[in-house]
Amino acid sequence: MASASLPEQVLKHLFSFLTSDKDRNCVSLVCKLWYEVERRCRRSVFIGNCYAVTPDIMIRRFPQLTSLTLKGKPHFADFNLVPDGWGAYVDPWIAAMSQSYPFCLEEIRLKRMVVTDESLELISTSFHNFKVLILLSCEGFTTDGLAAIAANCRNLRELDLGESEVEDLSSDWLSHFPDGCTSLVSLNISCLGSEINFSDLERLITCSPNLKTLRLSQAVPLEKLPDLLCRAPQLVEFGTGAYSSEVQSDVFSNLEEAFSGCKKLEGLSGFWDVTPAYLPAVYPVCSRLTSLNLSYATIQNPDLNKLISRCHNLQRLWVLDYIEDTGLQALAASCKDLQELRVFPSDPFGPEPNVSLTEQGLVAVSDGCPKLQTVLYFCRQMTNAALVTIARNRPNMICFRLCILEPRSPDYLTLEPLDAGFGAIVEQCKELRRLSLSGLLTDRIFEYIGAHAKKLEMLSVAFVGDSDLGLHHVLSGCESLRKLEIRDCPFGDKALLANAAKLETMRSLWMSSCSVSFGACELLSQKMPRLNIEVIDENGPPDTQSESCPVEKLYIYRTVAGPRFDMPGFVRIMNQDAAH
Amino acid sequence: MERRRAIYEKDLNLEATELRLGLPGLDESEKQSSTSNSAKNSKKRPLSEMDDNNSSCVTENEQQEYAPPAPKSGFNKIFFFNNFRAQVVGWPPVRSYRKNIVQAKKPESDTSLGMYLKVSMDGAPYLRKIDLKIYKSYPELLKALQNMFKCTIGVYSEREGYNGSDYAPTYEDKDGDWMLVGDVPWEMFINSCRRLRIMKGSEAKGLACL
Repeated sequence: MASASLPEQVLKHLFSFLTSDKDRNCVSLVCKLWYEVERRCRRSVFIGNCYAVTPDIMIRRFPQLTSLTLKGKPHFADFNLVPDGWGAYVDPWIAAMSQSYPFCLEEIRLKRMVVTDESLELISTSFHNFKVLILLSCEGFTTDGLAAIAANCRNLRELDLGESEVEDLSSDWLSHFPDGCTSLVSLNISCLGSEINFSDLERLITCSPNLKTLRLSQAVPLEKLPDLLCRAPQLVEFGTGAYSSEVQSDVFSNLEEAFSGCKKLEGLSGFWDVTPAYLPAVYPVCSRLTSLNLSYATIQNPDLNKLISRCHNLQRLWVLDYIEDTGLQALAASCKDLQELRVFPSDPFGPEPNVSLTEQGLVAVSDGCPKLQTVLYFCRQMTNAALVTIARNRPNMICFRLCILEPRSPDYLTLEPLDAGFGAIVEQCKELRRLSLSGLLTDRIFEYIGAHAKKLEMLSVAFVGDSDLGLHHVLSGCESLRKLEIRDCPFGDKALLANAAKLETMRSLWMSSCSVSFGACELLSQKMPRLNIEVIDENGPPDTQSESCPVEKLYIYRTVAGPRFDMPGFVRIMNQDAAH
Repeated sequence: MERRRAIYEKDLNLEATELRLGLPGLDESEKQSSTSNSAKNSKKRPLSEMDDNNSSCVTENEQQEYAPPAPKSGFNKIFFFNNFRAQVVGWPPVRSYRKNIVQAKKPESDTSLGMYLKVSMDGAPYLRKIDLKIYKSYPELLKALQNMFKCTIGVYSEREGYNGSDYAPTYEDKDGDWMLVGDVPWEMFINSCRRLRIMKGSEAKGLACL
């Protein structure tokens, strides 16, 4: 080739403008030189499935990383579908990186992984400039591990425990933060259950002048809030603790004054156990709020309405279904900038509706909020007409997750399946990236999805469909599909085997309580050596299963790491040579 | 459209057999089942209309259909669906910390259960329980207590307490302290009262003197 290649320094400089992983991945495919240059200057890596690759492979390719994001368990683990002990251990990653990245690694972001105190201690002592630790929906560690992080990470900027399960061994881990100024910008301890030492917390907040995000746990009572807020009036995001107290006018006025002093506040959350009389204390900040999470607050209208209708700049609202249709109509009228709405069920197991929240509420919001693009909605009834209206109103929808509480609920007016309604969503919303289905649905909806949902990346499916044809439509039609999770659907071997190659273009496939046979899993693993086919069955040792026996749970993912060896007894990874 | 309706009609067909939460694919005949909200939603057609239409539309695809098991009789249907959601792992898809938090606290307007408190009286062999919610004021409460225990409580005065009567009503508050009934406004009393004790006059005199 006659073309002169650009000198490495120039390439490096050019690549430094590329921040998205996708762009970097593309660039590294151009030629060997570009691959080599890119890999040496890549600073940030995102691994969507920790078992798709090994720490060694990552370290060999990227010798100098600043930031690593790792995701472990499949999404359905959030709903207890993945048994304890399945895997997703971060320890091997930390161990390997502590050897290879001691001076460069600054940020670790984990989601659904098992983290131990040993790993936290290793992080705190191995990485000399460690700055950011984000643990979302993780488990396996205690406050002792947090104490190590607090004590040893002198440059810590972010500590976010997300919605992790942390064993609270002692309330004094906060005291391990060093005396004197800290560089903390973000602290989220909202998931912690036990008591907190308030003087440690006060001292920490006072000594963190850069603190922008502070999310407290339920243990912090309302009476403490004015004092804490006065120490951090620069906060941009604040999560309260328990928001209840006997109504006392001096506490109220202190609180109101404290909130008034927070001129930069844009996001509010927390609000466990709310005493409605104290809600007006936040009115001074409402007009500036862009994000409001009331999903733990058992407040009802009119208190709820009075609060929300003051938040004209709201972009994101998470709320319980106490908001009801009337509240959603008011929301649609007041919050024209709304982009994301999540409505959670207050009584998910109750047989009868306890609130008046129906499809009408969602229709109203879709009508009134032109920027609405992300929806998570739990309700008890739906119609095709409502879904068609929503689709017509909001063709800009990107993420649509609807959960009708009773499986297989039809259109409650016509008694038909909801194929037409969801079909309208996928047809009209051409940018749709994420979709969750519920209600009564036949194979027809999957036909629509396969035909129209070309940008769909993640699909969640439960108690729907008639036959393998449904699964086949999705696997053969959805070009952008990355994650597919299915439970309790009549999908079996045929569709899976016919679309085996597709599975290697996706991150993962989860199927539980479906009709996939053990034999099909064996066949699939022979056909597709670069997939890990995990059969998860707590009912008995996998060896005793016959070929036609349906597997309880199936998790298939592409990997360059080969089969893993850290799985528990109830997980079996099918081998290529399928010795049986 | 016709086929879909036929499939759905089969869904509503309540010929379901035994309750089953087993794995799909084990036994074809066991898979014939149906789910419906028909029991709960009165807008649906009554069952008798279903039975006429169900027969000839069964196709191979429907045989494959897996559905959660359904109960046999009308009454059991409702009861079963209450439990179905609670029994199925991971449904509805709500994270466990959301389930707990919400169930732990129902809104204040839920008054169906009443507010029953223990009432003891010095010298009485056993305690009683009263529902504070049915009283709107102190006089009503004291009248009821006097009736229940056949005693005289007398009239409250801020200065003297219940001085001059055989008994004085006291209560244990949120902090565990024993307080004289009547000092605080009724609403505040209701919210902080944990149990009641009707004290003998002689002991009560001590309280009133403070």
